[in-house]
Amino acid sequence: MSLLSRPARLSAIAASLGLALVATGCGNSGGDTAAPSASAAGGGEAASAECAPFTEYGKFDGTTVSIYSPIRDAEADLFEQAWKPFADCTGIKITYEGTGEFEAQIQVRADAGNPPDIAFFPQPGLLERFAKAGKLKPASEKVKGLANENWSPDWVKYGTVDNTFYGAPLGASVKSFVWYSPSMFAEKGWTVPTTWADLMTLTETIAASGIKPWCAGIESGDATGWPATDWIEDIVLRDLGPDGYDQWVGHDLPFNDPKMITAVDKVGAILKNEKYVNGGYGPVKSIASTAFQEGGVPITEGKCALHRQASFYANFWPEGTKVAEDGDVFAFYLPGNDATSKPVLGAGEFVAGFSDRPEVQAVQAYLAGGDFPNRRMALGTYVSANKKVDVSKAANPIDKLSMEMLQDPSTVFRFDGSDLMPAAVGAGTFWKGMTDWINGKDTKSTLDFIEASWPKS
Amino acid sequence: MDLVFDFAAEAPKLVQLLIGVVAFLAFVGLMLLLLDRAPMKERSWLHSLLLLGPALLLLGIGLVVPGIRTTLLSFMNGDSSQFVGLDNYAWMFTQPESLTVLRNTLIWVLLVPALVTAIGLVYAVVVDKSRFESVAKSLVFLPMAISFVGAGIIWRFVYAYRPTEGDQIGLLNQVVVWLGGEPQQWLQNAPTNTLFLIVVVVWIQAGFATVVLSAAIKGIPAEIVEAARLDGASPMQMFFRVTLPSIRPALVVVLVTQSIGTLKLFDIVRTMTGGQFDTSVIANEMYNQAFRYGEAGKGAALAVFLFVLVTPIVVYQIRSLRQRREA
Repeated sequence: MSLLSRPARLSAIAASLGLALVATGCGNSGGDTAAPSASAAGGGEAASAECAPFTEYGKFDGTTVSIYSPIRDAEADLFEQAWKPFADCTGIKITYEGTGEFEAQIQVRADAGNPPDIAFFPQPGLLERFAKAGKLKPASEKVKGLANENWSPDWVKYGTVDNTFYGAPLGASVKSFVWYSPSMFAEKGWTVPTTWADLMTLTETIAASGIKPWCAGIESGDATGWPATDWIEDIVLRDLGPDGYDQWVGHDLPFNDPKMITAVDKVGAILKNEKYVNGGYGPVKSIASTAFQEGGVPITEGKCALHRQASFYANFWPEGTKVAEDGDVFAFYLPGNDATSKPVLGAGEFVAGFSDRPEVQAVQAYLAGGDFPNRRMALGTYVSANKKVDVSKAANPIDKLSMEMLQDPSTVFRFDGSDLMPAAVGAGTFWKGMTDWINGKDTKSTLDFIEASWPKS
Repeated sequence: MDLVFDFAAEAPKLVQLLIGVVAFLAFVGLMLLLLDRAPMKERSWLHSLLLLGPALLLLGIGLVVPGIRTTLLSFMNGDSSQFVGLDNYAWMFTQPESLTVLRNTLIWVLLVPALVTAIGLVYAVVVDKSRFESVAKSLVFLPMAISFVGAGIIWRFVYAYRPTEGDQIGLLNQVVVWLGGEPQQWLQNAPTNTLFLIVVVVWIQAGFATVVLSAAIKGIPAEIVEAARLDGASPMQMFFRVTLPSIRPALVVVLVTQSIGTLKLFDIVRTMTGGQFDTSVIANEMYNQAFRYGEAGKGAALAVFLFVLVTPIVVYQIRSLRQRREA
């Protein structure tokens, strides 16, 4: 207690009281021009040079922009660090809130008339639902321009509803990856497959060597089942092609179409084959009870050789695992049917506004530009399909590989289908159906069930 | 984000809270003052208006209006934009998946109150007047202190599965392995998985039944017990002819509260299986439909059905309460 001398303590109290008053002023009357934040004021001369890149966004002293997002914890802290210079220079106070229940809570907040200014939507389907309900504000011309400039049309399309552009993409992840252990492959003389047939031959070879080749985990609390839906999507994208994929996602192709049954059975040839799964965890059914975060871990113990999971799985390896082409684990592209076709399945977030106040649009514009993703990437693992991102500065080899794939102009990119479908299917029966399917239900009745749940109107 | 509670940042909320509390007190004080000044003749009328009014108003806002709105929503489509008649109810009673949900709820509501009451009753009778009664009762009452979510997580570990070759981390599978069996995926094998979930609720609630019924047993007049003994009643006869009829009101209370609680059950299913593997119940499905799938109509239909199921039990409870008061 005696660390502060009496006068110092008094002034500290006075300062906090003053802050409290300022904060109260901000909270109650928007018209007030509150004192600029301490860091902006303290910077002085030096700050003006630092702030040069942000002058184009304007000055919005004393304004607050709230962001609501499914990104939490450490990742959220990096976000806040990355946009801090922007916030300090423009005077916008960005209040960020991450939640584990985004899909349900954003609905509750919007219905209650208490929406955030900006939400990071991880699902274009959800964004579409809010846009059609008239809750979202169209993006400004500036944001639209930046999005067209920095992202491929595939990506811009996913932020667009009925020809109105609502939100630019932010982060991204590549899902079409198979994780493996380069050292294990070298030791046994296995090579990375480049076609689907190669992959199945490799699977058979590994199974013959005495270990179950594949491991998987689809348990994810509320969202249990999603990793299995990613499997299906990857195969549909390969077998039915990008157009067939779009038809399926848009329900022009019924979920229980014979083509779909073939595609799902193709996944079943791996995931429901007791000889091939579930390395390190037991029989097929254990896939449904294994947490997706732990799905690939047996690779590090030599109990499993292959694990299909997105680029972000790099974060889930046990501490001390080296993720690199010459390290303990790395990923290869989940092969297409032949070596030339390379469709990529991925996902990402979209920055949509519930408000179109100028400061909100400024934040949206900043997040759509090239400065933010590069700053964010400098702080740690991050993947964005933003073309302004300097791929050579990627935080790790897997991020680099992902961004190279995303930025390759010949890449056909398709967004995770379950995120595009109506929530009743994409965040409901598709997940649930695939979980039941792993747990023993046959393909036909699983797909019939999902088809029947597709909303009629 | 730091976890320190920042008073400066929270100041607006705290000030609002303070204003709210002060305004409430001022309002109540003013009302009571006015009431005191009112002429004697109209006072009783004003009294009831002032004292009942706020409660009725809040009931209206918090219960009646949402109730009516939910009922209306149940006749509308997913985003409540179109009237669809009885489609949502037809869906509820025809889809195999929703029929499974209704079947599970039926299993729950039949088994849980019966098991909880039976186990609580037997336990209460057995430990009654024994040397360790208070210790035994506190032991069985302890799980009551654990939230449903907490209990769900604990029991998920109990049921956890690991392959045969590895070490078991789940108690139940370890016991099975010790007995020479194969580890099982208890929560994944329908329909027995519902029974394993029911065990959890019985574990939590048996203590409640024990305490209530034990108190009722202690309340049986000593003269009756003595008279029965003198007449040479066997322990069995004592139980069925004396104890049971004497504690009937307490039994009804336990059965009714358990039935209502079970119909509304949500937490256990949600934390333990998330409604997967054919274990979903009405409340869980209602939440999924309304808040996760954006199917407000189907969610509302399930809510209305749940309400219809609970109503007769509540009516019975109120009637028996009233009868007892009149008796």
